[in-house]
Amino acid sequence: MVVLWVVLAVVAVLVLSFIVIYNGLVQKRIRCQEAWSQIDVQLKRRYDLIPNLVETVKGYASHEKETLERVIQARNAAVAADGVQQQAEAENMLTGALRQLFALSESYPNLKANENFARLQEELTSTENRIGFARQHYNDSTAIYNTAIQKFPNNMVAGMFGFQSRDFFEIEEPAQREAPQVQF
Amino acid sequence: MPVETFHTLIARNKRNSFLLIFVFLLLFVGMGLLIGYVWGAGEMAFAWIVAGIAGTIAFILILLSYFGGPSALLSLSRARELKKEDDPQLYNVIEELSLAAGQPVPRIYLINDTAMNAFATGRNPKHAVVAITVGLRQKLSRDELQGVMAHELSHVRHYDILYATLMAVMVGVLVMLCDVFLRSLWFGGGSRRRSRRSKSKGGGAEAIILVIAILLAILAPILARIIHLALSRQREYLADAGSVELTRNPEGLAAALAKINGDTEVLEVANRATAPLYIVHPIKKFEARAKKIFSTHPPIQDRIQRILSLTV
Repeated sequence: MVVLWVVLAVVAVLVLSFIVIYNGLVQKRIRCQEAWSQIDVQLKRRYDLIPNLVETVKGYASHEKETLERVIQARNAAVAADGVQQQAEAENMLTGALRQLFALSESYPNLKANENFARLQEELTSTENRIGFARQHYNDSTAIYNTAIQKFPNNMVAGMFGFQSRDFFEIEEPAQREAPQVQF
Repeated sequence: MPVETFHTLIARNKRNSFLLIFVFLLLFVGMGLLIGYVWGAGEMAFAWIVAGIAGTIAFILILLSYFGGPSALLSLSRARELKKEDDPQLYNVIEELSLAAGQPVPRIYLINDTAMNAFATGRNPKHAVVAITVGLRQKLSRDELQGVMAHELSHVRHYDILYATLMAVMVGVLVMLCDVFLRSLWFGGGSRRRSRRSKSKGGGAEAIILVIAILLAILAPILARIIHLALSRQREYLADAGSVELTRNPEGLAAALAKINGDTEVLEVANRATAPLYIVHPIKKFEARAKKIFSTHPPIQDRIQRILSLTV
């Protein structure tokens, strides 16, 4: 009789552990997916801010056509980019173009003093940072998730239900690495 | 200082915290039992009842303070809530950190004081509040501001508010218990009970236990406070490491702490009760004078050193 109870208890513990582990893995995987979509949200935020910025600058420095056009082209290229690699390249070009644009403001004190311009500058700085932090969060979540599915005994549950390792967000060429914090 | 990553530092601090809390719980239960034993003239059942009552009181107090909310603290500190339009840069800095942490954006308050300080409160990330003084807000660069805010957000992330509440209540109840016990002996309560229930236990053994109980009742509150403060310092180091984990920029927070350290002004609205929640001890003279074991915050130079030695 006692043996029966012991066996039942052991089975109960195993089943409970199983459920807890499974739920934990699901939660971590969803967190990764959330983090990934957050990157896109922040990228979109930047694309939406840029036309506004260009219009403001045009008002004060309309003959700096080259720089302005470069920004617009870079933005459109980034919107149209397909795949992580292409997008990362386009993003990099856009950051460079924006940097030139903000450097412009040094020669145009009226532009620099413009409240709208200052506000947009802060918003774009923040957006660059947010993109960086969103990627960082995605990589952190991925690291946690990948570790969780490889540890014992989680790996058994992971194997049974097809939990796969996720790729980190990485930029292939060293020239494209940007620090997460950008100050124009 | 050996070079370490914030991952290992965070793991080590968490282990240390659990150890300290465990020791504290032992102390609490042990004292409760001992005192109950003496009062009950050797009856273990009574001892457990006393420990149980003390534990229940502590539990209720913890629940009350935990759910009481941050509003009392905020009105105490002359704080005003900020919306994004009031200070876009501050809002952006905090929202960026919330992204990095994967947490909701906390409510933001501005404290009308020229001294340089900041604090966080709120029982979990969903109900978090961060506050910063006007003085600090104006004197820090964007990176430094982000370092400080990341430190405060880390306190919320690590549930430090919960720890602080737990510890404060446990220490309070323990001190009260020991105090009541010592007074009861002074008024001869124990001996009356002993003669009524005289058992065949040797009078000598009981006397020894009584002496030990008295000694411990005097020492326990001091020991409890030391443990409480050690725990508080651990959590500060942990929050510093947490800040680096979020920003990946040790220099930001280190520079901010150095700036704060150079500032000699005393925060008018803070007092000893609210001191542990601030990023640095708000009463400067106290920090300079206090010996290491009795301080809620580690010395700033030490913190700066540790932060800069972290590799990201």
